[in-house]
Amino acid sequence: MTAAPPLVASTAAITAQAQPQPQPLGQWRRLPVKAKVGAILLGIFVLAAVIGPFVTPYDPSFQSPNPALALNTPSAAHLLGTTQSGQDVLSQLLVGIRLTLELALLVGVIATALSVLVGVTAAFLGGLWDDFLSLVSNVFLVIPSLPLLILLLGYLPQKGQTATIIVLSVLGWPWGARVVRAQTMAIRGRDFVAAARETGESTWRLIAVEIVPNEISLIAASFVNTVLYAIGASVALAFIGLANVNSWSLGTMLYWAQSQQALELGAWWWFAPPGLAVALMGTGLVLLNTGLDELGNPRLRDAGRANRIAGRRPRPADPTPVWQPAPPARGRLAGLTASFSRTALLERGGAASGTPLRARRAAGAGGERS
Amino acid sequence: MSFILRRLAFYFVAALVALTANFFLPRAMPGNAVQAIMSKFPGLQPSAYHALEAMLGVGHPGSLWHQYVSYLGDVLTLNFGIDLSQYPAKVSTLLGETIPWTLTLVGTATVIAFAVGTGLGIVAGWRHGGWFDRALPGLMFFQAIPYFFLALILIELLAARPPHIFPIGQGYSGGLIPGWNSAFIGSAIYHSILPAFTIVITSLAGWMLQMRNVMITTIGEDYVVAAQAKGLTSRRVVFTYAARNAILPQLQGFGLALGFVVSGAIVMEIVFSYPGIGLLLLSAVTSNDYPLMQAIFLVITFAVLLANLVLDFIIVAIDPRARTREAGR
Repeated sequence: MTAAPPLVASTAAITAQAQPQPQPLGQWRRLPVKAKVGAILLGIFVLAAVIGPFVTPYDPSFQSPNPALALNTPSAAHLLGTTQSGQDVLSQLLVGIRLTLELALLVGVIATALSVLVGVTAAFLGGLWDDFLSLVSNVFLVIPSLPLLILLLGYLPQKGQTATIIVLSVLGWPWGARVVRAQTMAIRGRDFVAAARETGESTWRLIAVEIVPNEISLIAASFVNTVLYAIGASVALAFIGLANVNSWSLGTMLYWAQSQQALELGAWWWFAPPGLAVALMGTGLVLLNTGLDELGNPRLRDAGRANRIAGRRPRPADPTPVWQPAPPARGRLAGLTASFSRTALLERGGAASGTPLRARRAAGAGGERS
Repeated sequence: MSFILRRLAFYFVAALVALTANFFLPRAMPGNAVQAIMSKFPGLQPSAYHALEAMLGVGHPGSLWHQYVSYLGDVLTLNFGIDLSQYPAKVSTLLGETIPWTLTLVGTATVIAFAVGTGLGIVAGWRHGGWFDRALPGLMFFQAIPYFFLALILIELLAARPPHIFPIGQGYSGGLIPGWNSAFIGSAIYHSILPAFTIVITSLAGWMLQMRNVMITTIGEDYVVAAQAKGLTSRRVVFTYAARNAILPQLQGFGLALGFVVSGAIVMEIVFSYPGIGLLLLSAVTSNDYPLMQAIFLVITFAVLLANLVLDFIIVAIDPRARTREAGR
């Protein structure tokens, strides 16, 4: 570091050039509408999770001894009605959102950290280690996760929040690891990394300062995916009773609604709020991810000004996609296309370069940075 | 090595990992089946412990390697042991009773959702920016709904309320005896409409969105422009040039998403009390029926691996790159 300060400075300049740091406000204005809507939707739930437990009108577990208060339709006193044992649904919902969101965010952080660790390690170590780690991720991707989760949780003696977080994190990293690995492979060969290496920076510093900051958008997308997965899986697991059913989460609310025959009793206000909350949270995450996807892939954007090649509108010449080595797909849906090793097999196998599939990837995923 | 052979090797490793995890899990985790029975029936004498172990075949005789080999042999001969909660039924018998239900329902619904979603995705991608394309964000809501929640809503709206258009649950009307007669099959189809609809609605949007995105990027390719410039009909450009290339990543995504679809369908079955493998899994979980849980995990995993293999053959059939590799170029 002390050897060549001017070079370090120029490295930083190149890095900055590769990933310009826009102002936060400008960044927000540049976001596609979908991403904005998604972020706002999520913000509402985060707010509910933060203040929820302090503003609950009743104790969510309090079972009213008064039979007249059981199974009430929504009213002024109970905005979302009551359950069969007279518990206030709104209070349960406010407490439940916090527990579910807390779990999902924790799983998101842990699993994403694991995936970055594995992905970067695989890309940097290369060789046998890379093959091994990639194989492990692929195997975990192809094995259906929910039955495995059920099996793991079924064998655990206590099925609390911590156990669920651990199990979900352990199974949640392979997807992100694949994407991070591919991106790291692509970035590793860039000039600014080579320049940093020439200045004598250690591998760890190289990874922490040069590589990972350039993958932030990718890691963010992977984080959003993982949170989505954690919400879905945890709610499903709690719904079938594989959770601490005495604590209130969106999943356990649905569990009690189902096991106490809310459906047969026609008590829609009992099971609809938690289910809708899950669905809206999920929609927010999907929208956010699709928005981020569009940010990286300009062709998906600008639906109104889209080229119509069915002959109704003259189309400007599209820039011909430039080939880049193995750029990753972004976001959940694009990730679906790239995260399976068939693609890798097909592309590694010496298929002619510039085939539609590969060119598409290059244009789609790498376009933002090149 | 050819494409299919490589994939086979991969599935072999995946299957082995699943089998091995399945083998070591009960040995690494606290609590076991015999203890579960002992706690469920407090009247049992402690001396019954070893008798139960021997009877259920869960006492672990021999070295770990020996156990592992005999376990692999058991799985190969579909001997999954004896069920605990419905003693003395064999686990394989229970599986045999439930698998056809799940396979028919989830299989058909998934293929329908994939086909329709892909078709709509082609249209939305081709008419990029049209009204149909703009309606997509609305569909994302359906994509985010958990399967079982949509199932609850559908039951509430269409089955639980008075005109009772559809039955609330079960695979067929009570009183009918399963068999190949029209009354039973008609009833089974009638009962499967809502569950199938649930799967189609929730997974359709995902396929559509993905196909649309790939279509849009494919349409921008030079060879599509060239086809257009040659004066080919739009229909030919869309299907032969654009969609055929766009569908490859879609198929690859299909293989990967199968696990999610199956997982969602498992929970959905529970809501509908559909007599498939999901309901069996629930009863296994609630009664700590470990042999059954493990067998179900294996069956689902192998089904997904097998479906992926079939998909590989389809990819070889339509992707020239895979084909040339197949020919050992």
